[in-house]
Amino acid sequence: MPTTIFTPMLDYLWIIPLLPLLGSAVNGLLGSKWPNKTVTWVAIGSTGLSFLCALEAVREFFASGQVPFRKEFFTWIAAGNFRAGFDLQMDQLTVVMVLVVTGVGWLIHIYATGYMAHEGGYYRFFSYLNLFMFFMLILVLAANYVLLFVGWEGVGLCSYLLIGFYFLKKSASNAGNKAFIVTRIGDFGFMLGMLLLFRAFGTLDFQTLFDAQHAGGWPVETSGQLGTLTFACLLLFMGACGKSAQLPLYVWLPDAMEGPTPVSALIHAATMVTAGVYMVARSNVLFTRAPTAMLVVAIIGCATAFFAATIGLVQTDIKKVLAYSTISQLGYMFLACGVGVYTAGIFHLMTHAFFKALLFLAAGSVIHAVGGEQDMRSMGGLYKKIPYTFWTMLIATLAIAGIPVFAGFFSKDAILFGAFQSESGGHILYAFGLLTALLTSFYMFRLIFLTFSGKPRYDEHKVHVHESPWNMLGPLVVLAVLSVIGGWFAFPAFFKGPDYFANFLGPLFGAHKAAGGGTEAAHNLELILAGVAVVAAAIGLLVAYWLYSRQPGKADELAKSMQPAYKTLLNKYYVDELYDAAVVRPLVWLSTQVFWKAADVGAIDAAVNGIASGTTAIGDGVRHTQSGNTRSYAVWVVVGAIVILGIVFFWPSLGKPVAGMVR
Amino acid sequence: MVPTSYYIVLSAILFGLGVFAFIFKRNLITMFMSIELMLNAVNLAFVAFSQALGKPDGQVFVLFVIVVAAAEAAVGLGIIILIARNRQSLNVERVDLLKL
Repeated sequence: MPTTIFTPMLDYLWIIPLLPLLGSAVNGLLGSKWPNKTVTWVAIGSTGLSFLCALEAVREFFASGQVPFRKEFFTWIAAGNFRAGFDLQMDQLTVVMVLVVTGVGWLIHIYATGYMAHEGGYYRFFSYLNLFMFFMLILVLAANYVLLFVGWEGVGLCSYLLIGFYFLKKSASNAGNKAFIVTRIGDFGFMLGMLLLFRAFGTLDFQTLFDAQHAGGWPVETSGQLGTLTFACLLLFMGACGKSAQLPLYVWLPDAMEGPTPVSALIHAATMVTAGVYMVARSNVLFTRAPTAMLVVAIIGCATAFFAATIGLVQTDIKKVLAYSTISQLGYMFLACGVGVYTAGIFHLMTHAFFKALLFLAAGSVIHAVGGEQDMRSMGGLYKKIPYTFWTMLIATLAIAGIPVFAGFFSKDAILFGAFQSESGGHILYAFGLLTALLTSFYMFRLIFLTFSGKPRYDEHKVHVHESPWNMLGPLVVLAVLSVIGGWFAFPAFFKGPDYFANFLGPLFGAHKAAGGGTEAAHNLELILAGVAVVAAAIGLLVAYWLYSRQPGKADELAKSMQPAYKTLLNKYYVDELYDAAVVRPLVWLSTQVFWKAADVGAIDAAVNGIASGTTAIGDGVRHTQSGNTRSYAVWVVVGAIVILGIVFFWPSLGKPVAGMVR
Repeated sequence: MVPTSYYIVLSAILFGLGVFAFIFKRNLITMFMSIELMLNAVNLAFVAFSQALGKPDGQVFVLFVIVVAAAEAAVGLGIIILIARNRQSLNVERVDLLKL
C-alpha cells in the first residue's frame, strides 16, 4: 500500500457485510423466543452499525486520495490457474452503491419496524431483510465476478424468501417461485458469460481483467466483427436483464409486489433490481469494447422503459403502478449504460433509490392508513387525513416525473442528453426516452390524484384512516429530503460549472467522460433538452390533472372509446399469457408426460420394481431346493463334490494352487 | 508288499458304499453308521499314503479323525435318541422341520 494514511475500516472492510449477517443469524436463530423489541434493536443496530462503518470506510477512501482500494482477505476457490478469492474493493462506484445500500436499507429497516409491527413472523422478516443486506453488500464490494455472483444469487434467494413471506397465501408463494425461476434464466446467461470470460482471459478478477483490456490486448469489436467480448457482454447483460427486470424477463417484478411493502421498497425498487445496472457499469471496460452489445443494452433499456410505462398508465393497484414504474426507470438506467453515459446511469440509480424507496414507503403508509386496501379506485381524498404521507409522496412524484430542482430531473436529464448525443440511433432512443418521461409524469400524477384528491371512495364508516407512527414517517421525511437534494451534485453543471458526480465517477469510466462535453454548443443543447423534458413532464401532469381531478369520469369515457388499446394495456400486453402458452405449458407437458410418466414411472421405477420382483421370483423358485429332506441335502453335497472333482480332473489349470497358498 | 493303489481302491469302494448307504437308507442309525464308514475309508487312505510317503502326518490326522468321530458319535447318538423319543420313529423322511 503506497498510502501512509491510517485506514482501519478499509483494512477490515469485511466488517461492513458481516454486521448484517450477524444480525440475521442472531435474529433467525434466537429471535423466535424474543419480544419484538429485542428483534428490532438487533436488526436496526446491525444495519445501523454497518451504515456507520460504511461511512467511515468512505471517509478513509476520500482521505487516501480516492485511490481504489482492494484487499484479498482469503482464497476461496483455487483450482489450477484459477483463483477466486474473498476479495473486497472500494472505489468510486462502490462508494455510491455501499452508501445507497446501507443508508436506504437502514431507513427501510426503521420503517419496517412500524409497518410489520402487527404481523406474524416479525423476527423471520428481519432475519431475511438483514440477510439481504449482507448479500447485497457482498455484491457491491466484491472484487471479482465470482464473489459478485455469490451476492447476486444471495439477494435472489432473499428476494424469493421475502416475496413469499406470506407463504400461506398461494399467490405470494407462486410469485416467489416466479421471481426465482425467471431470474434464474438470466443467471444462466451470467454464468455462461463468466465462463466465456475465464476461457478468454484466464481470470475473473475485475482488476486483472480490466487491466488486460486497458493494456490493449483486445481491440474494439465493431459491428463487423462479433468476437468473444461481444458475446461475453451479451451473456452478462442477459443476467442483468433477469435481475433488473428488463424486457424479456421483466415479468417477475410486478408479481413480486406480493411481498410486504418495505421489501418492495428495498429489494424490488431501491437496491437489488439495480444490481444489473451496477454489474453492467462495473463491466464498462468490456462493454465499451463491444459496441454491438452496447447497442443491444441501449435498445432493450429504451424499449423496456417505454413498454413498462405504457402498462403503468392503466394499472389500478397502487403497488403495481410503482412496480411498472420501477421497470421503466431501470430501463432508463440501461439506456444510459448502453449509450455510454455510465455516470448518468449510476446517478439515476442513486436518485431512483431515494425517490422510488420513498414512493413505495409512502404507498405502504397509504395502504397502512386505509387498512390494507391497495386498489386506487377505492381510495381518494386522503390528502387531509395523512398529510405527512401526502407531502413526502408528492415530493417523490415530482422527483420521478423530472420536475426541476428535484433529484430525478438531473439524472433523467443526463440520460436523455447522453442518448441524444450517442452516435448509433441516438435520436430515436431520445424520442422514446422523452415519450417515456411524459408517460411517467402522467401515471405518477394519476396515482397522486386518484389516491389523495377528490372525494373518498372507501367506506368511511368501516375504514378508520390514520397517519402512520413516527418510525414510519421518519424514514419518509429523510428520504423526501434526499429526493430533493440528491441530484444537486449536478447543479453546477447547469451553470457551466463542474459536474461533481460525473467527475467523481469519471476515473472508473475512462474515456467516457461526463455528459455535457464542456463545449458551449453542447451546454446549450443540454439546456434545450432539459427544457423539452420539463415541458413533457408538465404535459403529463396537466393531462393527469384534467383526467383525474378536474373531470373525474372523463378517464373512463376515454378508456371506453379506446377499448382494444385499453384492454391490451390492462392485461399487460398479454405477455404473461404468452409466456404461459409458449413456455410454461409445454414445460409442464414435457415434465408430466415425458419425464414423469415415461421416464420416471416407465423406465426408472419400472427397472427398480422389475429387479425387485425378479429377485422375488427367483427366490421363490430356489427356495424349493431347501426341502428339509436330509437325504436330498446329502445328494447336493455329493453332486457338488463330484462337480469340483470333475473340474479339477478335466481342467487341470484350475487345480493348481494359487500363488499365495504355496508354502 | 501290497501296493498303495490297492489300499486306495479299497478306500474308494468303502467311501462309495458309505455315500450310497447315506443317500438311500432311511434309518437314522444306518445313516450314522454310513458316516462312520466314510470316515474310516478316509482314515484308511491317510494311513496308506503315510506308509507310501514315509511320513507320519497321515497317521496323526487319523488320530484326530478318530477323536472327532468319537465326539460326533456322542452328540449324534444323543440327537438320534431325542428324535426317537419325540417321533417314535427313526425314519429320516419325517425329520423335515427345517423345510420352508
